[in-house]
Amino acid sequence: MISFVARRLLATVPVLLIVAVLVFLMLRFAPGDPAAILAGDAASTEQIARIRAELGLDRPILAQFGIWIGNMARGDLGESFYYKMKVATLIGQRLEPTLALATLTILFAIAVAVPLGVVAAWRFGGWFDRALMGFSVLGFSVPVFVLAYVLIYVVSLKLGWLPVQGYQRIAEGFGPFLRHLILPSFTLSVIYIALIARVTRAAVLETLGEDYIRTARAKGLPEFRVLVHHGLANAAVPIVTVIGIGIALLIGGVVVTESVYAIPGLGRLTVDAVLARDFPTIQGVILFFSFVYVLLNLLIDLSYVFLDPRIRY
Amino acid sequence: MRKLVALVALTAAFGISHAQDKVLRVVPHSNLSILDPVWTTAYMSRNHGYMIYDTLFGTDEKNNIKPQMVESWTESPDHRLWSFKLRKGLEFHDGKPVTSEDVVASLARWGKRDAMGSALMTFVDRMDTPSADTFRIFLREACGFTLEALGKPSSNVPFIMPKRVADTDPFKQIDDYIGSGPYVFKKDEFKPGDKAVYVKFAKYVPRKEAPSGTTGGKNVYVDRVEWNLALRDAQAQVNALQKGEVDIIEALGFDFFENAKKDPNIQIPKYSTVNLQYMARFNHLHKPFDNPKVRQAVLAAFDQKQFLQAQVGVKELYNTCASMFTCGTPYGSPAGSDIQSKSNMKKAQELVKASGYDGTPIVVMKPTDLASIQKLPDVAAQLLRQAGFKVDLQAMDWQTLVGRRAKKDPIDKGGWNMFLTAWQGHDIWNPIANPTMDTRGEASGWFGWGKDDKLLALRAQFMRETDNAQKKKLADAIQTRAFEIGTHVPLGEYSQPMAARKNISGFFITNGNIYWNLKKN
Repeated sequence: MISFVARRLLATVPVLLIVAVLVFLMLRFAPGDPAAILAGDAASTEQIARIRAELGLDRPILAQFGIWIGNMARGDLGESFYYKMKVATLIGQRLEPTLALATLTILFAIAVAVPLGVVAAWRFGGWFDRALMGFSVLGFSVPVFVLAYVLIYVVSLKLGWLPVQGYQRIAEGFGPFLRHLILPSFTLSVIYIALIARVTRAAVLETLGEDYIRTARAKGLPEFRVLVHHGLANAAVPIVTVIGIGIALLIGGVVVTESVYAIPGLGRLTVDAVLARDFPTIQGVILFFSFVYVLLNLLIDLSYVFLDPRIRY
Repeated sequence: MRKLVALVALTAAFGISHAQDKVLRVVPHSNLSILDPVWTTAYMSRNHGYMIYDTLFGTDEKNNIKPQMVESWTESPDHRLWSFKLRKGLEFHDGKPVTSEDVVASLARWGKRDAMGSALMTFVDRMDTPSADTFRIFLREACGFTLEALGKPSSNVPFIMPKRVADTDPFKQIDDYIGSGPYVFKKDEFKPGDKAVYVKFAKYVPRKEAPSGTTGGKNVYVDRVEWNLALRDAQAQVNALQKGEVDIIEALGFDFFENAKKDPNIQIPKYSTVNLQYMARFNHLHKPFDNPKVRQAVLAAFDQKQFLQAQVGVKELYNTCASMFTCGTPYGSPAGSDIQSKSNMKKAQELVKASGYDGTPIVVMKPTDLASIQKLPDVAAQLLRQAGFKVDLQAMDWQTLVGRRAKKDPIDKGGWNMFLTAWQGHDIWNPIANPTMDTRGEASGWFGWGKDDKLLALRAQFMRETDNAQKKKLADAIQTRAFEIGTHVPLGEYSQPMAARKNISGFFITNGNIYWNLKKN
């Protein structure tokens, strides 16, 4: 087990290196000039050239890559062209909102979707099952921003229950923190509820046809115990896998939600950095996301050991 | 009783407060990233500058230059020696007094970055500081725009910084944000892309005059101003304003204008008499716009109304303007504009035929992500096609466009023929500030690189002229020449609406986004 974890952690190094090279090259060959953006609309070509030199963008690409990768090796993600702040500081500032939004979203999605999926499997073919399948199609189909605007209009503007935008840090009080996150989390969770509920339904449905379920029922176990302890427990691996994929997808999904609800998170930072061609920030954020993806996959793989005793590393 | 306790607990837990604070919550028109308003021409950085720095002179709502930090000044009869005395009580946020040495250092740095400042510095022989509250500017020859440059209201504004800050290399950004303006920048609370916070500078001594433009008393009636930098979705901004979560939206989308007017809790304050101007800019280096006859044909084809109707759409917010210098400002005039203002498509078609246009496709760059100008290129492409041009309309994001327009390369190597943009009125209101009038060809500062010695000579005369009536005549002559050679095409003007909650008062004509004198009731 320890050697498996060590091997997987070591494997992150070449993965991150490949990501680093690809991101670096893509950015350097993409159109757009950070110096021209920084200089402002009325800047002259000479001023832009001076800024380009100041940023080191007039050097050969190989030299630029060497400097950047050297800094990376020392754990330095560099300094944002745009904000003149360390990229690590910027990521640190934006991590809490994104982490909070993603955590609340996924917790909410699991809390709602797993029971719904189990009940749908239990009542396979009935009205509840059909309703859940219908909701799933809707959940997948409605764009996040449309749902966000509808929810803001009804819940915030008409009913006045929750704020329409913004984020309050948890240090400023748990109440305001939660009030600002309820709508964005709900908005973002709908698609994950649809996804997790469908997979849970399918997985539980499969296990409910197994002999051991029939045996459990024949023993006279209450239906709840049959469903949860035998049905759900044996369907856990695909459910956990899809939750893991969901968390990874969520990191990309927060971009739209953060924009509509004005949450200053990593998604918003990424968009701003791309629009401003802020190379160090884009590189830093993508590497950070890649690291999170790799780590998440590792955690999911490790969780299989606990969910299915037959699996050994 | 239990219900009351529960309510109090709920209120405390969920942070529901009805306390009347004195925090002005503003949604700026863009993100604030660069905190050095002399290093960049970005309007957000300029607005940040107005919060924390003061200026020697300002421009009032009638476009007159008025003293701000300066108490009095004299000009020698030959216009070559200017002596300025600073007001008493000027103090930086760190408690140190503002001295003439700070002023001279600030002007020197600004003079290396700003177009008008650089032009002024070509006249300056030296500056000195005979005393702590007096500084002098010695000119080599008479200069007709000394005060206009010192009091210029838009980027780059000659903000006064402490000498230790102003001594920073003009091509490096400052990292010390101490000013002497009405607000103190809270560096510790600044989160790029999230919020910028300014608190009232208690020791600021405002002038006695009423506020007007960037001049007059900069009285502060709120404790804090918070710029919400995260709220950039136009619909979300309006939602937040309707709900009372923000107090002011600097740039209300045109689509939301009519609805905002009808909302009983929202006002559309008048804050500007100087409009913004749309412009189509040619690349003079490459075919077909290296030919002035072709450029004239485009001038004839570009009917301003069509651009304004498509882009702005709200009649009360736009007007045609035959001037290349902002209408309603001292040099705004229709001089020489007949080629555009009294033209039509038939004439444009004739001019295209007569110009010798060889069918080279015109690359028009269209920014897809900038709502404020994104419809202009479509109109331009359509009118160009009607006139007889072949058009290659290329869609890209604004930042790609910004990078590409700086390239002088030929079209087949990533160059361009035309882009369209908008200017705040004070950035193009005279022949020195207006970058399209710098016709030094490839040596000229701004993208497009027009070349014309006659226009340059007229501009040089304008710079040296000290008589206002003569300056006006020269500005007319410059504009006439600019229309003759087709430096660019003015596409009409518009007013950018601002929206605010009704409990905000004290708006005045600022011709910009300025946050003093505002009260929150």
